Amino acid sequence: MSEATKPVVKDVTTMAAPVSLKFRARAGKDLSRFLRGMKERRIVGRVCPSCNYVYVPPRGACPTCGCPMGDERVLPETGTITTFCIVNIPFEGQKLKPPYVCASVLLDGADVALFHLVGGCDVNDVRMGMRVRAEWVDEADAELSLETIRYFVPTGEPDRPLAQIREHI
Amino acid sequence: MSTYNTSREEIAIVSFVELTPAEASQLDEIETIQTIVSRATDGAGIARDRIGFTVSGSCDMLVGRPFSWIMAMDGAGVSKPIEESHVEMDGAWALYEAWVRLQHGDIDAALIYSFGANAAEDLMQVLALQLDPYYLAPTGINAAEVAALQASAMLAGGATERQFAEVAVRAGLAVSVEAALAEPYTNRPLRASDLPRFSDGAVAMVIARGDYARSVCARPAWIQSMAHIADSHSLGVRDLSKAPSLEKAARLAGVGEKPTDLVEVHAPFGPQEVLAIEALRAAGLHGTAALNPSGGTRAAQSVMVAGLAAIGRAASAIHRGEASRTVGHASSGPALQHNLIAVLEERS
Ligand SMILES: [Zn+2]
Repeated sequence: MSEATKPVVKDVTTMAAPVSLKFRARAGKDLSRFLRGMKERRIVGRVCPSCNYVYVPPRGACPTCGCPMGDERVLPETGTITTFCIVNIPFEGQKLKPPYVCASVLLDGADVALFHLVGGCDVNDVRMGMRVRAEWVDEADAELSLETIRYFVPTGEPDRPLAQIREHI
Repeated sequence: MSTYNTSREEIAIVSFVELTPAEASQLDEIETIQTIVSRATDGAGIARDRIGFTVSGSCDMLVGRPFSWIMAMDGAGVSKPIEESHVEMDGAWALYEAWVRLQHGDIDAALIYSFGANAAEDLMQVLALQLDPYYLAPTGINAAEVAALQASAMLAGGATERQFAEVAVRAGLAVSVEAALAEPYTNRPLRASDLPRFSDGAVAMVIARGDYARSVCARPAWIQSMAHIADSHSLGVRDLSKAPSLEKAARLAGVGEKPTDLVEVHAPFGPQEVLAIEALRAAGLHGTAALNPSGGTRAAQSVMVAGLAAIGRAASAIHRGEASRTVGHASSGPALQHNLIAVLEERS
C-alpha cells in the first residue's frame, strides 16, 4: 500500500452522531379541556355517548365505539388503586427519588383508570383496592398539566373489594 | 405486464376523504383519525363490520413520540378487536398492503388511513434523518438541500429552470413563470416556489371487492394494477437526474397499455414533478393525461399523507365521472428514491 492510499484512521469501530430535534406537541380539543380543568384544580372527564363509558383524561374518540366523546363529566378527586408498581430503578430524566409508586387510579364514577403517582405513605403500604384522593399543588402553582395533582394519598377508608374493580384492571 | 402487479380479485377504491389543513390543525391524532375514518366509512354508507382489515401509514418522527400511531388508532374504533397493520411510510404503501390483503378473497373491504401532524420545528431536518446514518446524515444536509442536489443534476442533464417555474405555476405557488423565475434562490437552484408548503393533514380510503364495491359506490375506481420499486438508498450511487424506479414501477403497472385521462403525481419538490412526468412518459404514458389537475400536493404538503392523497384524488376523478382511466403516484425517501404507481379504471 502506497503512502497516499493508507487509511488515515485505523480500526474505526464506533461513531458518535448526536441528533437533536425540537417538537411542539398539540393537545387537541378533548385533552385541552382536561388540561384547562387541571389549571382550575378540577378533574374533567367525558362520557362516550354510545357505551356510556366515562374516560379520564378524555380521549379524542371512544376506542370501543370509534365515535367522538359526548358530555363532560366533572369527577371527584377520590378513587381506588386498581394496580401499581414500585419504581426502584434510577433512570435519566427521573423526577422523583426511588423508591416511589406509580399506580392506576380508578376515580369514583370513571370507567378508565388514570395513571399517576402515590405519595404520603410508605411504598410498602400501597395495595390494590386502596382508597386514595388527589393531593393538589397550591392554587398559585396550578398548571395546564396533570402535575397539578402532585400525587394521590391514602384516604384511610376501607379497601374496595377486588371483585368490584376487576374489570378496570 | 407482470401478473404479479395486476389485481387478481376485482378490487376498487370506493371511498376517499381528505381533511382540510384548517380542520387538521385543530385536532390531535385521535380526533383526526376519528373524523376521517367516520367520513370514509359511515359517511359513505360502508358498514364498519364489512371492513376486514385496517392499515395506516404515518411516521412517529413527525410528532416526536414513539408508537404514536398506536394511540391514534383509538380513533378508528379498535377494541372489538380488529385485524390491523401499520407502515412507517406514506399511506400509499398502506394502500398497497391492503390491496395485497384483499387479493386473498376472504374479506369484503379494507380501511386505509394516513395522518401527518407536523409538530417538528424543522421538518426539513427531520426528513434528513431518513438518510444513511454513516455518510450522509452526519453532514447535516437537510431535505431541501437534497432536493437542490437533484435539481442541479437535472439542469446539468438538460432540464431548465423555466420547466421548474411552470410546475410552480401549476401548483399555485407562483402567479406566473416570470414571477417564479424572479424569486431569489433559497437553495440554489431551488426557489421558494419549488419548495413544499408543509401542513397538517389526513386522508382515509376504503377499498372493496367485486359486488360489495359495486353496492357501495356508483362508479368504483377499479385498481387495475399497482407496483412499487426503490432505487438505492445512497444518493452517491444514483443518477439523481433520473427516476429509474418510477419508470420501472410504471412499466410494471402497465401505465402505457391504454390512454390515460388524468395523472396525479406526488412530487414533494417542484423539479421532481418534471422528473416524474418524464419517467411516466418514458414508460408509455399517453392520452389526454391531465397532469395534477388537483394542483398537486405541494401547496399543502402533509408528510406521509401526500402520496395516498395523490392516488385518492386520481380515484375521486373516476368517482365523479370525470375520467375513466387515471394514474396515481406516490414517492417516499430522499429525491424520489422509492415510487409507487396505481392504475385505476372505470368499468361498466
Ligand atoms: Zn363507547
